Amino acid sequence: MNTNMAVCIAVIAKENYPLYIRSVPTQNELKFHYTVHTSLDVVEEKISAVGKALGDQRELYLGLLYPTEDYKVYGYVTNSKVKFVIVVDSSNTSLRDNEIRSMFRKLHNSFTDVMCNPFHNPGDTIQSKAFDGIVSGMMVQTA
Amino acid sequence: MRKKIFFNNNIPLPPLELLHFFFFALFTSLYTSLAQQLPREPMEWRRTYGRAPKMILLEANFVQFKEELLPKEGNKALLTFPFLHIYWTDCCDTEMYKSSVKEDMMRWQNSLRTHGSSDWVIIVVETNDTKKKNKTNILPRSSIVDKIRSDFCNKQSDRCVVLSDPLKDSSRSQESWNSLLLKLRTLLLMSFTKNLGRFEDEMRTLREKRTQPGWSFCEYFMVQEELAFVFEMLQQFEDALVQYDELDALFTQYVLNFGAGDTANWLGSFCAPVRNWSGLLLRRPIDMEKRDSIQRGEASLLDLRSYLFSRQCTLLIFLQRPWEVTQRALELLHNCVQELRLLEVQVLEGALDCWVFLSCLEVLHRIEGCCDPAQLAANCSHTVGLWAYATDKLKSLGELCGLVSKNGPNSEDLNRTVDLLAGLGDERPETVNSLQSPYKKLKEALSSVEAFERHYLELSHAAMEMYQAIGRLRSARLVGKSLAEFYMRKGDPERAETFLQEALKSYVSEGWSLPVTHTRRQVAECQKLLSKTEDYLQTSALLAGDVNLTTDERKHFCQEILSFTGKSGDQSHKVTLSMGVFAQLTQLKFHPAAASVHSGAVLQVELTLRCLMPVSVRIQQLVASIHFEVDHGGTHGRSKGAQRRTHPGTVVFRQSNSSAGPPSSAGAGPSLELDEIQDRSPSDNSLNSTGVICKNTHLLMRRHDSNSPPDTPNCISPPTVGIKEGAQMLKVQDVTLEPGNNSITFTAPPGTYTLRQLCATVGEVQFILPHIYPSAQYEVYSQEPQLTVEPLSEPLLAGLPQKVKFTLLTGHYTVKKGDALQLSNTETMPILPSTSCTARISSPTSELVGESTLSIQSSEKVTSISLPPAPPYHTLEFQLEVLCIIPSGADRPANERLTNGEVRHRPRSYSHPDTPMTAIDQRMSIDCPWSIYSTLLALTFYIPFKTKHSLLSAGNRQYIQVCVQNVSDVNFALAEVKLTEKQHASLELQSLNTKTQQLLCCKHSVFCLWEVRWKDDLPSCLQCVFSANFSPLSQDISAYKPFHYQFQLERVTTLYSVKAEIFPPAGEQRCRSGVLCGLEVCITRLTEPAEGEIAEDSKTETDGPKTTKLMYEVADSSSNWAVCGKSSGMVLMPMTANATHKVQIEVMPLFAGHLPFPKIKVLKYLPHTAAVAIQPDPDSCVENDSLSLLDKTLDDQGDTASIRSRGSVHSVGSGDQQQKGVAMPRLEPFSPGQVFNHSHACQVLVLPATDDHIMEVNAT
Repeated sequence: MNTNMAVCIAVIAKENYPLYIRSVPTQNELKFHYTVHTSLDVVEEKISAVGKALGDQRELYLGLLYPTEDYKVYGYVTNSKVKFVIVVDSSNTSLRDNEIRSMFRKLHNSFTDVMCNPFHNPGDTIQSKAFDGIVSGMMVQTA
Repeated sequence: MRKKIFFNNNIPLPPLELLHFFFFALFTSLYTSLAQQLPREPMEWRRTYGRAPKMILLEANFVQFKEELLPKEGNKALLTFPFLHIYWTDCCDTEMYKSSVKEDMMRWQNSLRTHGSSDWVIIVVETNDTKKKNKTNILPRSSIVDKIRSDFCNKQSDRCVVLSDPLKDSSRSQESWNSLLLKLRTLLLMSFTKNLGRFEDEMRTLREKRTQPGWSFCEYFMVQEELAFVFEMLQQFEDALVQYDELDALFTQYVLNFGAGDTANWLGSFCAPVRNWSGLLLRRPIDMEKRDSIQRGEASLLDLRSYLFSRQCTLLIFLQRPWEVTQRALELLHNCVQELRLLEVQVLEGALDCWVFLSCLEVLHRIEGCCDPAQLAANCSHTVGLWAYATDKLKSLGELCGLVSKNGPNSEDLNRTVDLLAGLGDERPETVNSLQSPYKKLKEALSSVEAFERHYLELSHAAMEMYQAIGRLRSARLVGKSLAEFYMRKGDPERAETFLQEALKSYVSEGWSLPVTHTRRQVAECQKLLSKTEDYLQTSALLAGDVNLTTDERKHFCQEILSFTGKSGDQSHKVTLSMGVFAQLTQLKFHPAAASVHSGAVLQVELTLRCLMPVSVRIQQLVASIHFEVDHGGTHGRSKGAQRRTHPGTVVFRQSNSSAGPPSSAGAGPSLELDEIQDRSPSDNSLNSTGVICKNTHLLMRRHDSNSPPDTPNCISPPTVGIKEGAQMLKVQDVTLEPGNNSITFTAPPGTYTLRQLCATVGEVQFILPHIYPSAQYEVYSQEPQLTVEPLSEPLLAGLPQKVKFTLLTGHYTVKKGDALQLSNTETMPILPSTSCTARISSPTSELVGESTLSIQSSEKVTSISLPPAPPYHTLEFQLEVLCIIPSGADRPANERLTNGEVRHRPRSYSHPDTPMTAIDQRMSIDCPWSIYSTLLALTFYIPFKTKHSLLSAGNRQYIQVCVQNVSDVNFALAEVKLTEKQHASLELQSLNTKTQQLLCCKHSVFCLWEVRWKDDLPSCLQCVFSANFSPLSQDISAYKPFHYQFQLERVTTLYSVKAEIFPPAGEQRCRSGVLCGLEVCITRLTEPAEGEIAEDSKTETDGPKTTKLMYEVADSSSNWAVCGKSSGMVLMPMTANATHKVQIEVMPLFAGHLPFPKIKVLKYLPHTAAVAIQPDPDSCVENDSLSLLDKTLDDQGDTASIRSRGSVHSVGSGDQQQKGVAMPRLEPFSPGQVFNHSHACQVLVLPATDDHIMEVNAT
């Protein structure tokens, strides 16, 4: 098992409904949904704080949104206010900030590809194999 | 609060035997002021490794020198390190110096050297007293100092300082005191820097050895903490904090490495089972207890972490960064839990919860202790995490200890509680007296169910309020949800529901399906317990249709509904639920697609319902309520609104899927309903403006925040809507809805209706769709039968057989076998019998349904057309040939009655403005089987010809000319042209027409001429009939139709002949221009007076010879002649044949050449007594006009005035004309042919006046 990975990856629309959410221990899916949903509080807080300070020149990566006993929740927001949330197991300490950033960047690139698909209707949930593949690559493999 | 740590600076005092009592007293007084004054001024501290210089204050502690206090090799204690050794002496006596002091100094120096200390200073105190005392053998002061310097300070002369008269208040002593302080500070700092640097190096070396066996973290911890203490002492809290952070990181790394399989021996002590979980202690600057245990290597992981954090906390608070404390605290707590898990440390279940709970509260208390409430309130975003964490932990503790269950804790729970409380140990002395210490709180909370509840609620509400205050509503709801779970465990579903609904609303509105399902299931549980039947059923229905649940769960909830519906429903009221939870209306289809049919046909409305239930559900009744639309009564055949889109007759309802995907608020909403608008000016209907209007702005422009989530079924309380009472409905009984799409067909009643609501009834439960949107409208209309007759081709020509089309829209009437149309026959427009007349029957969609032959029976009065059977709302078409007989002339028979008793209206011809043809309106009266009234229809025919006649005469011979003008657009052939006289058989009309058949092209005329011959007397009045056969050119002979023209000629006999002659002047052969010549007019009576004429004239002359008055007039319109003298006059003519009257008039030709004779007119003169026998025909007006023109030449006539007045009176036409006519004499022209002019168009040659040279050419 590669621990250097996320346990839950979510893409959330501007209007805060989930466009994509996948978590690895499937039995805990519900908990992740709650966690990601709650993390939107902090995302919104951070977006508004950043918006005031820097205007358009803002950092997409929001950093650690909040830690829980078991998980660390990281956030990222695109310029179109689509949010990416990555949940990492707290015991997974080998994951550095830079790696999280690069995960988000990869996610963002793949998301952009999905949006570029002329057959994709923006606002619909993401059902792209390519995106799935990218996400799978970033997640803990439970064989 | 400022904590003071003193430097333990060794101050070597001179051996006691050498110390005077006085000096000792002096030193003690100096010591105090030194210790006080040393830290008064800051020194710039230049640091190694490129660290920025800082200004620091040095504090020192003075300790008497003892050999054993000197640091041994490897001593890492920095706090007790002697930084500067000072040798004090007041020796001023050389002898004494040499004998003892020097030796003592040497010894001191040696011992320092052996311990590797080079930081020393010798202070020589000079007092006046000592000087005075040993005046004689005193060396100069400088010499002692010099001596010391030369003896000890080889190159460091600054190591020896002179302090003069420290106890005196002189400027000199003050100066030396200040320089001493400066010197001490400098040296102290120098030593400090050097030793600190060395310490740091050694520390690093030690750290580098951490991989070696036997290395102990605890030992290293103490070393680095020493450094931290030093920095803290120097008030360099930042640097001090760095030391702790480094230790923290180092330890963390070890734990992680351990987790990765790299074990370190020293970690053993940290892996020991946790025995104490008393939480953080942040009230002491240094928790010596824990520090000692670390030093002893006995500390547990929690001890170490707690100690480390308490130090960090202290420093952070010094640094005024309390919010970092809370943040770090949360990280620490999470981290500790993780680390213990990673190290697989044995912990009693719940112990960590206790520790975390206590620690959270401790941190919060500590922060509260150093911040004012306003500051706290403003920064609750930093503390709320701890509150929530504490709440969470307390809850799990409560659950663990059986404090949440309905029955309270059992013995096992109690044992566990006792064990947990034991691990807390005794309360720390700092908090023993405080009422609200974390320790007391926890103990109390675990002691009883009630206390637990109180504390738990307090914490929960605090956390929720804080979350709400900082706008973290989702977090607040999550806490609320957890609170709800608590209430549910306590058996208080009522309170739980509020929180659950709140949370549910949030999840629904943001479209998080999994939390929605989960929360909704909890809500269902609540509602069941609360026996909120309606809500429970609603929620159950939603859950039954929730794809996130397993099929079994869904079936369970579905069964819940069905079992309710199965209950014998004694209660009269039915439970009403929203349709959306049960099934979705996905599509509505009309058959036929136009959604508009006549009442006889079947309009079906097909609904597609997607049933969301996991099993098939039997529905007793499905009802669609419909609303009657009044305003669209007349516009049948027009589909409305949504049906106008791509698929006519189909309305597709967009679904807002409740269970998966984005909520409909995310962009879906109601779709735009756009319509084109055109603003036309009311006067001339011209377009003023055009645009697009949105018809449902009220739905689209709703304020977003105020509207409830659009998917109402997900709402907490579904809107209680009922089917409107008394509304008309479409019904279907006993339908079984299978999971998935179901198709249900309704049959629509007549009328224009909009579908409004849908209601499915299952036992006692009604599922209602309160509003069908987009609206779907249909129309079932009723129509009266309509019969129209129209020409097959325009225009209808009279006189020829023309086809007309009969169109019968059957409407609601069914044409049965034997139904017939009864047409009243008219003479002027007979219906031509035709052998093959077929009727076409076509459906409303213009498809041909059938064809059948019509049977037409004509009797004398009516023509009966028997119709083929035709269904309602079909079109029946057939054609008939009719002929409109051209009215031949003026005879108009009396009105006759039609068969139905109506007055027959004679067709009247009139001239139509659009065409030169004369139009005739033919009316038809048709009796239809569906109505007791006759249908009156009119057809307009046009007469293609215009006919004129004229009488021409030559002497006694008479000719009749008839002109036929073709005014239609058709070319005709004209044949068998005939003229007959009706009354006089003896009369012979000899045709002068050579051709038997003539072409009459459109807009052309044909003239025909007949000579009238008679044997006895020519009748004065002729009744003539012109007749011809005509046919359109394209058709053959058989299609010839007759054309008659009747006319009457009166006074055809030639009464007078007028003969004019021009005589040249006497003696001339020819007339010459400009020379008077004679004009002789000879008027001869040709016939005996006819009876009418006598009668006419007898009135004028009752007695006397039969004469008549004629008036003649010579007029030359072309100015060829000048009439000299009288140009007109009266002639009295005897009324006998061959009576002649001659008149001589002088005229003068004005030109030379062949000049036409001047015109001679003869008119009847009626004297004033004559009654107006004949009303002047309008035609005579023309001649009267010419007459009045003529009047102008009658200037000299006595009665011209009366003549003129008569002409003018004529045009006025007033009532007194008769009277005037009686009084005035008047002129009357003769009818054409009555006067024959022999010299009409005669010419006379006129020579020019003189022959010679003037040649006049007149070209006209």
